[in-house]
Amino acid sequence: MIRDFLSGKRIFLTGGTGFVGTALIERILHSLPDTELVLLVRPGRRTTATERVKKEILRNNCFDSLRESLGREQFEEMVSRRITAVPGDVGRDGLGLDAESTKLLGSCDVAIHSAATVSFDAPLDSAIEVNLLGPSRVATAYRSALVAAGRSGHLVTVSTAYVAGSRRGKAFEESLKQSDLYPEIAWEKEVDAGRSLRKDVELQSRTKERLAGFQSEAHREFGAAGVAIMADETEKRRNDWVKAQMVELGQARATSLGWADAYAYSKALGEIALEENRGDLPVSVVRPSIIESALSHPYPGWIRGFRMAEPIIISFARGLLKEFPGVPEGTVDVIPVDLVVSAIIAAAAQPPPNEMTFYHVASGSSNPLKYGQLVNLVRTYFGENPLIDTKGQPINVPAWNFPGRGKVQGQLRRANQVLAASEAVMSRLPIRSRQNNLASDISEKREIAKRALGYVELYGAYAETEAIYQVGRLADLRSTLDQKDLEEFDFDPIQIDWDRFVSNVHLPSIVEHSRVKTTTAKKTGTTKRERTLAGLLAPGNKMAAFDLENTLLAANVVDSFTWLATSQIEKMEKATLAAGLLAEAPRLLALDRRDRTDFLRHFYRRYKGADRAELEKIAFDLFDEYLLKRSFPQGLQRVRNHRRAGHKTVLITGALEFVVAPLAPMFDKVVACEMEVDSKGRLTGQLLGAPPIGENRAAVMLELAEEFGIDRSDTIAYADSTSDLPMLEAAGQAVCVNPETKLLQIANRRGWHTENWERAKGGYPLHLPIGSGR
Amino acid sequence: MSPRPGFVLEVDKSTPPTLFWHGENFRLERLPTGSRIIYPPEPMDGIKDPRAAIAAALDAPLGDSEPLDSLLRPGLRVAVCFDDVSLPLPQMQAPDIRQMIIEEVLERVARAGVEDVKLIAALALHRRMTNSELRHALGNRVYDATSTAGILTQHDAEDPDNLMLIGETDMGETVEINKYAATADLIIYVNINLVSMDGGHKSVATGLSSYRSLKHHHNVKTMVHSKSFMDHKNSELHSSNWRMGKLLRDSGIKIFQIETTLNTDTFPPAFEFLQKREWEWGLKDRASFVGASESLKRTPPWAARKIFHSVRSPYKLTSVQAGEVEAVHKRTLENVYRQQSVDVEGQTDILTIGLPFIGPYNVNSVMNPILVHCLGLGYFFNMYRGQPLVRKGGVVILSHPTRPEFDPTFHPSYIDFFDEVLADTTDPLKIEAKYEERYATDPWYIHLYRKGHAYHGVHPFYMWYWGAHALDHLGGVIILGGDPKTTRRLGYTPASTMADAIEMAKSIVGRDPTLTHLHSPPLLMANVH
Repeated sequence: MIRDFLSGKRIFLTGGTGFVGTALIERILHSLPDTELVLLVRPGRRTTATERVKKEILRNNCFDSLRESLGREQFEEMVSRRITAVPGDVGRDGLGLDAESTKLLGSCDVAIHSAATVSFDAPLDSAIEVNLLGPSRVATAYRSALVAAGRSGHLVTVSTAYVAGSRRGKAFEESLKQSDLYPEIAWEKEVDAGRSLRKDVELQSRTKERLAGFQSEAHREFGAAGVAIMADETEKRRNDWVKAQMVELGQARATSLGWADAYAYSKALGEIALEENRGDLPVSVVRPSIIESALSHPYPGWIRGFRMAEPIIISFARGLLKEFPGVPEGTVDVIPVDLVVSAIIAAAAQPPPNEMTFYHVASGSSNPLKYGQLVNLVRTYFGENPLIDTKGQPINVPAWNFPGRGKVQGQLRRANQVLAASEAVMSRLPIRSRQNNLASDISEKREIAKRALGYVELYGAYAETEAIYQVGRLADLRSTLDQKDLEEFDFDPIQIDWDRFVSNVHLPSIVEHSRVKTTTAKKTGTTKRERTLAGLLAPGNKMAAFDLENTLLAANVVDSFTWLATSQIEKMEKATLAAGLLAEAPRLLALDRRDRTDFLRHFYRRYKGADRAELEKIAFDLFDEYLLKRSFPQGLQRVRNHRRAGHKTVLITGALEFVVAPLAPMFDKVVACEMEVDSKGRLTGQLLGAPPIGENRAAVMLELAEEFGIDRSDTIAYADSTSDLPMLEAAGQAVCVNPETKLLQIANRRGWHTENWERAKGGYPLHLPIGSGR
Repeated sequence: MSPRPGFVLEVDKSTPPTLFWHGENFRLERLPTGSRIIYPPEPMDGIKDPRAAIAAALDAPLGDSEPLDSLLRPGLRVAVCFDDVSLPLPQMQAPDIRQMIIEEVLERVARAGVEDVKLIAALALHRRMTNSELRHALGNRVYDATSTAGILTQHDAEDPDNLMLIGETDMGETVEINKYAATADLIIYVNINLVSMDGGHKSVATGLSSYRSLKHHHNVKTMVHSKSFMDHKNSELHSSNWRMGKLLRDSGIKIFQIETTLNTDTFPPAFEFLQKREWEWGLKDRASFVGASESLKRTPPWAARKIFHSVRSPYKLTSVQAGEVEAVHKRTLENVYRQQSVDVEGQTDILTIGLPFIGPYNVNSVMNPILVHCLGLGYFFNMYRGQPLVRKGGVVILSHPTRPEFDPTFHPSYIDFFDEVLADTTDPLKIEAKYEERYATDPWYIHLYRKGHAYHGVHPFYMWYWGAHALDHLGGVIILGGDPKTTRRLGYTPASTMADAIEMAKSIVGRDPTLTHLHSPPLLMANVH
C-alpha cells in the first residue's frame, strides 16, 4: 500500500544531511523505487548543494548495501535520475529558493521537514531561527508554491516527544495549544525577544571592560604572539562569550517555561507556530523520542554522528563518568532510527489530514527500557569488552549508584575548579617537553571533567524524565499497513528486544563509531605519528621553515652574546661578565615576554663598538664549542631530511647573521638579524630593518615560499613558542618543537604535530656560556 | 729487577675478585673456578735518553735509506707528518714523543736550509685536533713557531684543491693523498706504534688519504678477512695498505719513516693499582682502589670523564727507528710484541673484557655506544695472533655502561648512525650497501669535518666494520651493566650481573663453558696456540 501510494510521487525533504534525513533518503531509494526526491540543501562555503549531497549524504555507509546490490554505475545512474538537489536554507523566509526551485517545490506531493538544530545546548537565537521558525517557513513556502502550481500537498514535520516538557505522567499525541498543561505563549514575542537578546549580548560583549578582559585572556594564553593573532583570538573569545551567553539565556528561558532545554522549548514553540501558520495545508507531526542506532535497516547498528547517549556511554566505559543521575525505575525512552523512518514514511503515505495530526514514535508506553536495566546492560557489556587505556590496560567500569543530579553536579564542579586552577598555574610556568606531560595530563583530565559535567547538566533531565509518551495514534497508523508494508515499514516498538538490541547492536556500533581502543594488540601498520611524519617528509615541491632558538638548539641571543664577549677577555672577568648577564636574565626575560622585537633591539645595543670581522672569525668557535653542543641532533637531522626529500629549507631567526652563519650549509636561505656597520668596520648596535619575529616572521616565510615558487599549503613551519604563532598559522603544516605549555595546548587543539627534541647526552654540562678564547 | 712477562692464571678458590674496567668506573668480579685470566707483561724499562736515541736513529737509518741529514738540502719541499690525537691513549705526559722527534727533525731541516716545510697532522677522516691538543702533541716551542706562520696544518680529506690522485694499485685500488705531501721531495712521517696495527705503509696510505682511497680497504669484506687486523701478515687491511705503499714508492714519493714504541706504563701513581695483579695489591693499592671507586660512584659520569680524560700517561719510549718504511716497521713490530705478547694455550668459549673510558676516537669526549662496539669487538677482540681467543660461535662479555651518550661536536654523524642506521639493521653488509655512500657524501658532515671538529660522516661506519670479523666469528655478545635499550639497539644482550651474563652465555655455548678474561690495562697481544 505504501509503495503504491507513493509511486510516481515526488517528495521534498529538508535536513537530508542529518541522522534521520540520511536514513529517510536511503529508505526511499531502497524501498520506494518509483518515488522521486527533491532535497533542500544549504550550499557550503565552497561546495554547491549537489556536491554536498554527493559528499555528505551518498558517501555515508548508510548507502553501502544499496550501492553494492546495484553496482556502482547503476547506483550513480539511479541517484542522478531520482534525486534533485536545490540550494536553500530553512533559516531564511521563502527558504531562499529561486523561481525554478520554487516551481519544483510546487510539484512535490509531500514535503518532509526534518532539518533542526539538534544540539541541546544551542544558543537561544539559533534555536529560534531554525527550530521555532523553520517548520512555519517550510509550510508557508510549500503552500504558496502549491497554490502557484494549482496542486495540493501534505507536510510531514519531524518534531520531538520532548516537546511535552518536564511534566510527569501521560503525554498525549495532541496539539500543545489544546492542552491546558502548557502556558499560553505568544511565539512571535519569543522570536522578537530572542533576536533582541542577541543584540543586547552583542552590545554587552563590546564594552571596554569585556574587550579588555578578552584581550588579557588571549594574552595569557598566547603571550607575545603578535597583533594579528591577538586580534583573532580576542575576537574568537568575544564570539565564544556571546554564544555562551545565548546558550545560558536559552536554557534559562526553556526551564522557566517547563522545558528541559532550548531544544525542546524551540521545537514545542515551532509546533505551535506551525499550527497558526499552516493555513489549509495538511500537516502531520512525527514526534520521536531519543533516536538511536538502527535496529535492522540499512544494517543493525547503523548510526550517523555522535548522538545523545553515546558520549555518556563512552565516557562511562572509559571510566571518566563515575556517576550519572537518574532513577533506576525511570524509563529511558529510546527508539531506533529505522522505526522513526518507517513511521515518517507511513505518515506521508496517508491521505493528507484536515486536522493537524500528531504521532509519538516512542517505546516508553508499550515496551519500556528501564534506566536500571540499561545501566546493567552497559556495565555487563563493558565488563566483558573493556576499553583499553593509553597504557594498554583494560579500563574498569565503575558501579553506578543512581545518585541525585545535584550531588553529581557538585562533585564534578569541584573537580573542574581544582583542575582549572592547576592548569592555569602550569601554563604560567616556563616548562617544556617532558614536564609538559604533566601539564597535558591535567589539561586532559580537566577536559574530561568539563565534558562529564556538560553531559550531566544537559542530559540529566532526560534520565529523570517521567513522562510516558502515549502511542495510540501511532498504533492507528500501523493498523492501516498491509502485510507487505509491515515487512518493510513496521515501526511497532514491541519488536525491540532491549537486551539484544543494547548488547549486540547498539553498544558494538557506538564503540566502533567512537573509534575507542578495544584491543591491547599493537596496531599493525603505521601509527598516526608515523604517517604524519611520512607526510611531512614526502618528496615534493615544499619548503620547511625553521626557527632556531629552542627549535634546533637550546641557546638564545643572550648566551651567544655572552660567549662571544667572554672569549675576548681574561678568565676571571669572564665569569663576572657571565654572572652579571645571568643576574640580569629575569628582567630580560620579562621584556622578551612582552615584546620580542623590543627585546632584541634593546639587547643588541650591547654589540655596539664590536669589530665585525673579529666576531665573524670567532663565530665558528661559538658554533662548534657551544651552539653545536647545545643542538638537538634530531632537529638538525630533520632539516637535512627535508632537503633529501627535495624540499627547500630556510632558517628564520632573530639571532644575528654572523652567529648563525655556520649553519648556512644546511639551508637554502637564512634570514637573520643584520646589524649596521660603521666606516671602521665596527657594529653600531642598530639593526637594519625589522627583525624576522612575530608577524614579520610569517611574512618572511611566505615571501620565501613565493620566491621559491612554492604554494602556501606546501610550507611546513617548525617553531617552539607562542611568539611564532603567526608563522605556524600561516604555514600549510605546523610542527611545534618542545612546545611551552601554552603552545602545547594550542597545538593539541589544532591537531598540530609536536616533537620533543633533546640535546645529545654525554657532553659536559655547560653552566656558563663562556668562550674559550683559544 | 727486570719486568715480569705476561702469564695466564687459573682461578681457584683463593683467587681474589678480578678488576674489570667499566667505562668511567671499575667492577670487581669473582670469576668461576677454573676460569683463566690473561695478565699482560709488566712495563719494560724506557730508554734513558730518548733525545739521544732519536738522534741516533735519524743518523743510522734502517733499510735502503740514507741518514736524514743527507736527504735534506736547500730548495727542497719537506712535509713532516705526524700521528693525530688518537695516539697514544691516554695522552702521554709532556714531552710527547712527537714533540721530541719533531723538534729534532725541524732543527735538522732548518740547519740544512730547507725553507718550504709544512707540518701535517695525518688525520685521515678523524676530527681535526684542537689547538690545545696540537700544543700538547708538539710542545710550546714548535706550536708557537709554526701555528701562526701557516706551517702547521691538518690534513683535509675533503679539500679537492689539496688532494692528488697518485694512481691505482694492481688490484684497482685508487690511491689519493694530501697534495702538499705528494708534491714534496721528502715526507718525514712521525709515528707512535701503540698497537701492532699502527704504522708501516698505513701511516701515509691511510693517514694522508681521502674517502675515495680509504674505501678500498675500510670496508666490510676487507675487515672480515683481516684475521686479525692487529697481525699485519694476516690482515687484508694491511695487504691493501702495503699495495698502496708500493704504488706511492713506485710513483717516486719518498718517505722517511720514523716509528716509535712505548712501554705499557699507562697510569700515574694514583691509579697504579690498575696495572697490578690483584693478589699483589698492597695496602696502598687497596686504599686507592676503594678511594677511587667510591668517589667515582658519587661522581656524575661527566665529571668522572673529565677526571679520567685529564690523566696523562707516564709512557716511556722503548724504541725509535727510522729509514725505509718496511724495514723500520719490521723492527717496530718486534718491539711492540716484545712488550705486549702473552702465550695462551687454546681458545675459550666465553671471553670477558672490561672496557675503559677511552678508545682511539673519543679523546676528550664521551665513548658513545658505537665506539663501545668498536673498542670491544674491533680492538680488544682482535688483540690476537694465530687464532681468536674465543672459539668460533663463542660469546664475548663486555663490561661497560654503554649509555646513549654522544658528543655532538666530535661525533655528529654517530648520533644519526645510531638513530637511523642501527634502528634499521646491525648487519655490516646491509649497512654498507644501504647507507654508507649517503653519510660519506653528506655536505653537512663534510662541513663539520672541515670547519669544526667532527669525525667524517663515514667514520661510524668504519667503527661498525671494525667489529665485522668478530660479528662473523661470534655466537653472541653480552654487555655487562649496559643500558638495556642501547645494548639492544647494538644488537647485543644486556646483563646486570656477571652471573646472569654467564648464564645467558651458556644458552649459546652450552653447559660447563670455559671462560677467559682479558685483563687490562695495560694492553696485551695474545699468541693463541
